[in-house]
Amino acid sequence: MIWGVIQFPGSCDERDALHACTLASGEARMIWHEERDLGGVDGVVVPGGFSYGDYLRAGAVARFSPAMEAVAEHAAAGKPVLGICNGFQVLCEAGLLPGALLRNENLRFVCRQVDLLDGQETLSIPAKHGEGRYYAPEETLDALEANGQVAYRYAPGQNPNGSLRDIAGVRNEAGNVLGLMPHPEHAVDPLTGSTDGLKVFGQLAERA
Amino acid sequence: MKARVLIRPKEGILDPQGKAVERALPALGFEGIGHVRVGRLVELEAEDPQRLAELCEKLLANPLIEDYEIQTL
Repeated sequence: MIWGVIQFPGSCDERDALHACTLASGEARMIWHEERDLGGVDGVVVPGGFSYGDYLRAGAVARFSPAMEAVAEHAAAGKPVLGICNGFQVLCEAGLLPGALLRNENLRFVCRQVDLLDGQETLSIPAKHGEGRYYAPEETLDALEANGQVAYRYAPGQNPNGSLRDIAGVRNEAGNVLGLMPHPEHAVDPLTGSTDGLKVFGQLAERA
Repeated sequence: MKARVLIRPKEGILDPQGKAVERALPALGFEGIGHVRVGRLVELEAEDPQRLAELCEKLLANPLIEDYEIQTL
């Protein structure tokens, strides 16, 4: 499986994402945001950072880039798309995932290791963001839960940003588009305390 | 035509920025001010003001979380 990582001006986690994809499946390449062609990659990562300076709203401008048009087609074809942090915000702004990410409830930038529940096991993954409070209207939240679209929740007592129903990550109805605020690409080497991040890449690859 | 777009958090959505401002007020001697909500103001000049609503829906506001109001001047 070949992953492509989209690089926007202002991205800052694209190199870690590239490294993580390479560890997870052997091959990955960077895709500049002005590319309209994804070059035949099997999966796409929309990485973390501050795309286009996050002016206006996080992810609001990045969604109009040529590469994002290609990502929307890739997603519609049922192929894997993973949005991490700012990438999650971009996918929500683009309408590829339901909901929105708002300023953290306590207005502070959070940077810490969190435990994520994915339904079966607990993953230890770092979170670092200022706008990670997941929001969707109540009826949307109910539908997400009913359809099994809540991919990850913060473990009880660890919600770092006031996300509704402790939601850390959601997937689309088809299951091939996944977004989460914590950073699996920073948890791929025992040197930094956890390799659980690799499971996130594996789980999405399996589903799609 | 000059226009002004006011963008504010939707009713019912927690606005921590507004809350932080509200909490700071008593220390400065401003009593009796509540329900503070902080939004954004965009000023622009448009050749075709008919399209401003579309512009708001697509870019200036996120209709899921924000309300907008267009004032042509």
